[in-house]
Amino acid sequence: MNFDYNEEQQLLADSVRRYLAKSYDFEARKRIVAGEGWSADAWAQLAQMGLMGLPVGADHGGFGGGAVDLMGIMEAFGEALVVEPYLPLVLAARAIERGGSAAQKSAVLAAVVDGRAKLAFAHSEKGARYALDALQVRAAQNRLSGEKSAVIGAPLADHLVVSACSEEGIGLFLVERTACEVKPHRTIDERLSGDVLLRDAPAEPIGGGRALLEETIDFGTALVCAEAVGAMKFACDTTLEYLKTRKQFGVPIGTFQALQHRIVDMYISLEQARSMACLAASRADAGGDARAISAAKIKIADAARHVSQEAVQLHGGMGMSEELKVSHAFRRLTVLAREFGDADHHLARYAAL
Amino acid sequence: MDLNYSAEELAFRDEVRAWLRANLPGDLREKVESYAHLSKEDLLRWHRILASQGWVAPAWPREWGGTGWNVVQRYIFEEELGFAGSPMLIPFGLSMCGPVLLRFGTEAQKKRFLPRIYNGEDFWCQGYSEPGSGSDLASLKTKAVREGEHYVVNGQKIWTTLAHYADWIFCLVRTDPSTAKRQEGISFLLMDMRAPGITVRPLILMDGAHEVNEVFFDDVKVPVENLVHEEGQGWTVAKYLLGYERMNTGRIGESKRQLARLKQYGAGLMHDQRWRDRLSRLEVELAALEITNLRFLDRMRRTGQPPGADVSMLKIKGTEIQQGLTELMMDAADPAANDPLATAIRKRYLSMRKTTIYAGSNEIQRNIIAKMTLGL
Repeated sequence: MNFDYNEEQQLLADSVRRYLAKSYDFEARKRIVAGEGWSADAWAQLAQMGLMGLPVGADHGGFGGGAVDLMGIMEAFGEALVVEPYLPLVLAARAIERGGSAAQKSAVLAAVVDGRAKLAFAHSEKGARYALDALQVRAAQNRLSGEKSAVIGAPLADHLVVSACSEEGIGLFLVERTACEVKPHRTIDERLSGDVLLRDAPAEPIGGGRALLEETIDFGTALVCAEAVGAMKFACDTTLEYLKTRKQFGVPIGTFQALQHRIVDMYISLEQARSMACLAASRADAGGDARAISAAKIKIADAARHVSQEAVQLHGGMGMSEELKVSHAFRRLTVLAREFGDADHHLARYAAL
Repeated sequence: MDLNYSAEELAFRDEVRAWLRANLPGDLREKVESYAHLSKEDLLRWHRILASQGWVAPAWPREWGGTGWNVVQRYIFEEELGFAGSPMLIPFGLSMCGPVLLRFGTEAQKKRFLPRIYNGEDFWCQGYSEPGSGSDLASLKTKAVREGEHYVVNGQKIWTTLAHYADWIFCLVRTDPSTAKRQEGISFLLMDMRAPGITVRPLILMDGAHEVNEVFFDDVKVPVENLVHEEGQGWTVAKYLLGYERMNTGRIGESKRQLARLKQYGAGLMHDQRWRDRLSRLEVELAALEITNLRFLDRMRRTGQPPGADVSMLKIKGTEIQQGLTELMMDAADPAANDPLATAIRKRYLSMRKTTIYAGSNEIQRNIIAKMTLGL
């Protein structure tokens, strides 16, 4: 039993955190969001630290890292509310790593590792909610037709890993970004996203079928849990700071018991969520455990809602304002609570397993 | 990161589990599982079985009968006790008075009391709360006046659990009413419950059970040798006790057993999505609490430091989960049933409301975290 990161994991998470503190603070993030919605400079820096190679195996110049290896990074991203489309890259690269042909791997993965190529994971569709069996994008004769929605990072991606139904069932396909039409938009948490129109788009099947898709989503869910823990930690810490400095009636509002008990409950939610994020990441690395990962997402969704709503409430009017980072954390946590399935979806899945 | 027990820890767990299977008397387990009343004799019987195995006070130093187990082993042991459906070990002697004597007692006090606590010869109770002093314990008024070689004690304690079984009571009393800080005038006294002037009156709780009492002190003479630590140092002793052995307040093994029981008892409701979701959320909360508890243990084992104030969250979440489970159990019972089990389950719902109030109410636990951990 050991709940620490190993030395390598800790060093990497620390250097990511240091970089973000120096170059990706809230002011820098504002400029990125007001601009293109991502930062080429940040991407290059993160690639230099080796982040892009984490999900890629050693054969293609990567490190073959798992969910626990990525956990500290995702937490740091959560704290800084990073908008770079890193998670989609991880999921798409990992799917290619696990199910792709030798040709697909060498065509894509080496360029991913050194930061040249970006990937998106195109799965969600309008009307499908979180159900795999409701997918409408069709694959026939290595061509895809249909529409994917809210695909994070799609406008930037060079290649997309797309889920689709074919006669053989559900599977993943590799599609060139230039073979589809992408309509960019921003999510409520300020990430660059896109709807992807596939009109008979040429696609190469990736092996692994439905099992790989499910496993990829579970892996992504575990990482979303870690990212949410980071965002919740920020929300708790910044609210605590506010309670200590904001004065009303001549005293810091943190002296009021009504508020003390509420922030204590926020920290308890954070700790309970952190425990479940540890569970999700370890189980994802130990061959996957859908039930444990759904359990984690139930807790993370509940905790994200609780912590984010209380963080805004305890900040009073300032919590509503665009000016403070806490309102952006609220936005991120609202999205993360639903990413890869909300609490209701995972409750149903948990009970069925 | 590795959330699993080591092979040695698993072997230890299996050893404890196998021993419990062989040595926990079936009639006691049955009583626990049917939520029946446990008599003083039931409680002592189980205490003595554990004592004869050498497992009744694992955390004590070896010379006084401790097992030498580390914090993780102690946790596993306590979880297994709860999971197996064993009667609760009454904490007042084993994990309250005992540790206080080990830390602050004289050699004579240790020799006199510890073996009798260990062997279940003396049944102890705790005299802390008073009618006017609940959460604000330092306002207590029961006074002890030194007269020669005795203290003369007058006053009243309340909510005294199992005082009607007890041979001894440890009490916080006011020995100096004139101190500037009210915490400074308090002392820690051991009293023989048979001493003239002590009266125990039952307080019946809403489930109809006699568990707690009022204890009245009317000119009770207590030999000064029964003072623990120095006069006026009672608050220090009480605070030490608060920080001691708070790793099992989550009572996770017990809750796991209740959850398994609930799944079986409420099996007919599993098709109901609303029911299932309530059950699932509790199961997830319990899983999260277990891992949180293990994280605290891992930290203690690595740093060698006692648990911080943040372990109060184990009490808060643990009792919320216990209450949630009893409430679901009541809802699982056929509303028209009035068999003994259904009745016991309903009464248990009534009784378990105490858990968020006793041992420092959950609001006091939140105050502790706010002050000690968050610096508010």
